[in-house]
Amino acid sequence: MSRYAIAIDVNKCVGCYNCFLTCRDEFAGNNYPGYSAPQPMSGGNWITIKEIERGSFPHVKVNYVPLTCSHCDSANCVKLDQTGAVYRRPDGIVMIDPEKAKGNKAIVNTCPYRRIEWNEELQLPQKCTMCAHLLDKGEREPRCVETCPSGALVFGDLDDPESEISKLYASGNYAPLNPDYDMGEKVLYKDVPKKFVAGTVIYSDIDEVASGAKVTLTGPDGEMTTVANGFGDFEFEGLPDNVTYTVQIEAPGYQKVTLTAKTSKDVYLGEIMLFK
Amino acid sequence: MTEQVFIQCAVGGPVRVYVKDGVITRIRPLVLDDKEDAPSWTINARGRRFSPPRKTTLQTFTVTERQRIYENRIKYPMKRKHFDPNGERHPELRGKDEFVRISWDEALDIVASEIKRIREEYGQAAITAMTSSHHNWGFLHYKMGPMARFYNILGYSQCLDNPDSWEGWHWGTSHVWGHWWRLGFAEQSELLQDALKHTEQIVYWSVDPNSTSYMYSGQENLIWRVWMKELGIKFIVIDPYCNCTASTMGDKWIAPRPGTDAALAEAIAYVWFQEDTYDHFFVENRTYGFDEWKKIILGEEDGQPRTPQWASEITGIPAHTIIALAREWASKKTMLAAGSIFGATGACRTAYGTEWPRLCIYLMSMQGFGKPGVNFWGGSGGAAPIDYRFKFPGYSDNGWDAMGLVAEKCYFPDGNPVTQKTYRILLPEIVMNPPVKWTGEGFCGNNIEQQFREFTCPEEGPNGAPIKMIHRHGGSFISTMTETNRWVRMYQHPNLEFVVMQDCHWQSETMFGDIILPASTNFEHTDISEWGSAGGYGKNDMNGNHRIIIYQQKCIEPLWESKPDYEIYRLLAARLGIEDKYTEGNSMEDWERKVFEYSDLPKYTTFEEFKKKGYFVVPAMPEDEEPRVSFRWFYEGRPNDLYSEVLNPNHGTDRAHLLATPSGKVEFVSQTLQKYAPEDDERLPTARYIPSWEGHATKELTEKFPLQMISPHPRFSYHTHYDNKSYWLDDIPQHRVKKDGYAYWPVRIHPIDAEERGIKEGDLVKLYNDRATVICIAHVTERIRPGTVHSYEAAAKYDPLEPGKPGSPDRGGLVNMLTPSRTLSKRVPGEANNSCLVEIAKWQE
Repeated sequence: MSRYAIAIDVNKCVGCYNCFLTCRDEFAGNNYPGYSAPQPMSGGNWITIKEIERGSFPHVKVNYVPLTCSHCDSANCVKLDQTGAVYRRPDGIVMIDPEKAKGNKAIVNTCPYRRIEWNEELQLPQKCTMCAHLLDKGEREPRCVETCPSGALVFGDLDDPESEISKLYASGNYAPLNPDYDMGEKVLYKDVPKKFVAGTVIYSDIDEVASGAKVTLTGPDGEMTTVANGFGDFEFEGLPDNVTYTVQIEAPGYQKVTLTAKTSKDVYLGEIMLFK
Repeated sequence: MTEQVFIQCAVGGPVRVYVKDGVITRIRPLVLDDKEDAPSWTINARGRRFSPPRKTTLQTFTVTERQRIYENRIKYPMKRKHFDPNGERHPELRGKDEFVRISWDEALDIVASEIKRIREEYGQAAITAMTSSHHNWGFLHYKMGPMARFYNILGYSQCLDNPDSWEGWHWGTSHVWGHWWRLGFAEQSELLQDALKHTEQIVYWSVDPNSTSYMYSGQENLIWRVWMKELGIKFIVIDPYCNCTASTMGDKWIAPRPGTDAALAEAIAYVWFQEDTYDHFFVENRTYGFDEWKKIILGEEDGQPRTPQWASEITGIPAHTIIALAREWASKKTMLAAGSIFGATGACRTAYGTEWPRLCIYLMSMQGFGKPGVNFWGGSGGAAPIDYRFKFPGYSDNGWDAMGLVAEKCYFPDGNPVTQKTYRILLPEIVMNPPVKWTGEGFCGNNIEQQFREFTCPEEGPNGAPIKMIHRHGGSFISTMTETNRWVRMYQHPNLEFVVMQDCHWQSETMFGDIILPASTNFEHTDISEWGSAGGYGKNDMNGNHRIIIYQQKCIEPLWESKPDYEIYRLLAARLGIEDKYTEGNSMEDWERKVFEYSDLPKYTTFEEFKKKGYFVVPAMPEDEEPRVSFRWFYEGRPNDLYSEVLNPNHGTDRAHLLATPSGKVEFVSQTLQKYAPEDDERLPTARYIPSWEGHATKELTEKFPLQMISPHPRFSYHTHYDNKSYWLDDIPQHRVKKDGYAYWPVRIHPIDAEERGIKEGDLVKLYNDRATVICIAHVTERIRPGTVHSYEAAAKYDPLEPGKPGSPDRGGLVNMLTPSRTLSKRVPGEANNSCLVEIAKWQE
């Protein structure tokens, strides 16, 4: 038996949108009887990308998070739908039967991730099928994974312990987009952005960057330290939301500087001057 | 009917095309067969084995190909309603007139009779024809194919291309290291191995491989950069915009004011001189005139030392960041990602854009380029261990007559009887205000002297003629050249008696034609080609993980009444009595078979097998073959041994260990500029920062137009192809943003500048200056340095509020309407798109 899953490494996603467009190429206007009715020619978002801009000039980064159906083991859509239109296949793929689901808009609202769309033209709830129609013909992977150029998307069989996906899941680095839902999601993510606190440390007397300055971040869960790099930059990445931290900067021969940062958003503290 | 699968090659990669009932339903990448297809290469580096995926990657826009093939097509031959070839022509109505459908015979008869009339009345030089790049893929059908052969046989004023994407490298660095046969770029060979094994850091300077550097090779090299990040190789990105490489992979973003990169380069050198952190062996043995430059940097020539503080004032980068950059660079094995065709972007498309590229070579000379891990490489092309020795022609390998490669008679360079030339970025002036003079032959890939050739159009003497007819093949210039309202005016000028537009899709320029001829896309006819292979000046610049030769199978019949370009020119040739010369009796398949036989393919397969299978994977370089790395030979003083460098004129001579400069070394004092342009005070023998003629310090302009606009090549479309055809792209917010049902082109503006102007995210705004007004949608972002705005060039929807009126506000987003037509410098005829001042305000109708 197979148990299909997708692993998404957010760090490797550069936002090329191939997955998004490939899904349209496969499904827009194309009917796969027994699997799915056509996606609209335009506007389908069975997999889409959330762009997150972080930080402020000149310390900025962008993360792209591909979003699609998680094919949950205990999927709300399967549980809440009383009509039998939404079902899980033995291989774990969650399907919406295009015949049985016709006109049933309530299905759209069952997914807490909001990954079911309403096809107005066909009066049909629709979502990702993991390209079940291709997998059943013996194809290796869904189309979005096939066109992902960076390896950010990995598809495979969790029942095969030698598969890449089994190894990735076993690494402990992957988690559902929202672990609180606890639905046995089969699409897991690595490095979904949280918040960072960053800054640039300068020796004010000589106007040079303070490479090697020690930076300590103290919050409710203890402290972390790092050192400013060759550009005087430091960054604490992966911090939880809405926490107030104390940032302390020390360099031999200079006065200690203490700042605070609240992670209601990503924080770039700017240039921090050290004085003798 | 069951689904059929065909093999084709799009501009962005080889594909499998699924067809049902004569309609394309899906387009997928090629997946290599582990048994039938040659194995991939493996690189062993830092304890890991790296091997590419056994499938091709596609450019984002290629994924939309199935939509583009059917959308916004020119369906039938057409004539402009008020154009009467035998009476009133009404050129002033071009761009606003209606069109009427006519038959192919009528259209071709008009074109042929106009060609005859203009030749008789004005001379054959009165006709010019030109093509844009990359609206179709193929060897036989590409721009060097049918159009070039037809017009070279007929005789016409060839329109010389300016090297639009990499101006400053071409016109600048050829005088530092030769390499004119690469139009100024570095050789690129085996740099992936070198980087994976040795490099500690890459400086991407005005280079954004995650956006644009894939060229025609899909996204093949993205995985290389992913590997490098996994190995801990640092990426430093220098660009006024936190570009798509900086924002997702960058370890440090440094944002100079546009047009000041040369000052930054000089200050880096100053730090290296002060701290003595440079390669003395290299500068003493491999360079010429180094001490002259050192004097400039230290202020001994003009009293101004190029200190970080000096550069900070100019560039807007803190002095401490400049010092840190110089120290990081000198202390790590660093590749400079600039100077390859894959690194051709903004900073070389500015006023005096020759200076920064030259300084890039000076800097890398100070760090001894060619030694392990230190080289010119963008983390993109020219790098994988693919086998360059396998013979298959790239699209420009035979110049402007692709078929001439295998024909009985080749019509380039000696076929065209007309010596008069036109020049692309000056074409409006050439048509409207002749005579026009310029210096430089555009692509100067045969010798350095071409850069100094003087031209006048019309050519003096009996053979010259004013331009009366333009045949545009695959139009895009109205959004890619500078100050393109000039083109609108040109098309409406009475001097221009006849305009033919031949294309697959309605481009911005198509509506300016008198006769419109519908061409088929490469999915509707056959061709033979190698993926990503330009040939010629870009010889062996393949960018992919595998060399793949494609038999481009015909997937569907030509749509509506379109015809393949080869057929359109054949029908014209028949009417003009030159069909026999044009075809030599060959069918398209005859030409394909001849190219097959010319290549190394017969060593591996038969034409029939190849045609049936649709592709062939060239075996990779054997793993035990010692990699022949770019410039390693030069660093080590050995003869150039690169398989990629077949066009290097020093090959096989007693100068094979030298560069192709007069001294054979990197010239800090250029002897070719001293010899050919001794009076040129804007491109002196030694490069330096020269303040822009339109930049942050031109006070008389900044008072009115205080924002600098940069307009790099777009990420999600290619030139003007795909945009305004593949509407799926409009759902990518970086490409276009929909508002009230209209997909607007974004302009990126910093929150500080936006707030000053009362502009909010998603507002419609007008960008304006004395040249134009363009309506865009505002994206307020921290990714742009304050004082600068960013919008991609090459939007493909010219949509003036008042159709056909030059200067009418354009809401299609053609920001090149705003850019200056002034060339880089007096004797450098390139486009300076990124020296552009604008003001922005909320748009109110």
